[in-house]
Amino acid sequence: MLDTVFFYFFALLTVGGGVLTITRRNAIHSAVSLIVSLIGVAGLFLLQQAEFLFAVQIVLYVGGIMVLFLFVIMLVNLDESARVRQFNKQWWLALACVAAVTGELLFFVSKGTGGFRLAETTAAAAGKVGNTERIADVLFSQYLLPFELASVLLLAAVIGSVFVARKKV
Amino acid sequence: MHPITTVHYLALSVALLAIGTIGVLTRRNIVIILMSIELILNAVNINLVAFSRHFNSVDGQVFAIFVITVAVAEAAVGLGILIALFRNKETVQADEIEILKW
Repeated sequence: MLDTVFFYFFALLTVGGGVLTITRRNAIHSAVSLIVSLIGVAGLFLLQQAEFLFAVQIVLYVGGIMVLFLFVIMLVNLDESARVRQFNKQWWLALACVAAVTGELLFFVSKGTGGFRLAETTAAAAGKVGNTERIADVLFSQYLLPFELASVLLLAAVIGSVFVARKKV
Repeated sequence: MHPITTVHYLALSVALLAIGTIGVLTRRNIVIILMSIELILNAVNINLVAFSRHFNSVDGQVFAIFVITVAVAEAAVGLGILIALFRNKETVQADEIEILKW
């Protein structure tokens, strides 16, 4: 019962924030709406007993990526772009394509509805070890190579973005 | 009220994916296009976590961590490119950057 209420609350935050993000004229307003949307997603993670991802979502997305976005918005002068036309010329074609793909996805999801009862988490699996410990077990055994590769990716991304954004001397 | 099933999460994920795709395809401001990409990646994460709960296995959550890592790298590089672009072209409108367009 309470689960249902919280699901619809967080779903409203997520979708409402998303819609505001892509419709606002001022980029700062968009960024704040995106923060609302990301917090909604974090709440959905918590509802699904993914506590570690909830913390990661708040710390990394809301704390990290959004601060990066706000810094860039302040750095780049967006006053002029707020005054001009906001949507490009092919918006009707884009909307038609998105509507087609969305209809298709919803059709296939609804076709498979019968097999989608939410699995009851068994007390043994949920009670004994915490979510973080279970993730760590899998991450550092089965997915060790992708984990190490992710660090290489992050290093490359950091060096690349500093190199691209540097001032020419 | 109906109990919440995996289908609810899938429907929400489809909605968020559609919103993000609309943002990427129709907006002109590059900053907002990058934000829409974050929305799309979050829709993917909702899906992964929903199936992780559905099958009672944490593999989906590990995948979500990798998706978040890639999203961070993408945001850093994208915003770096945006700053370089603004320094050279003085514009953030995606359809005004057309040097490569024939």
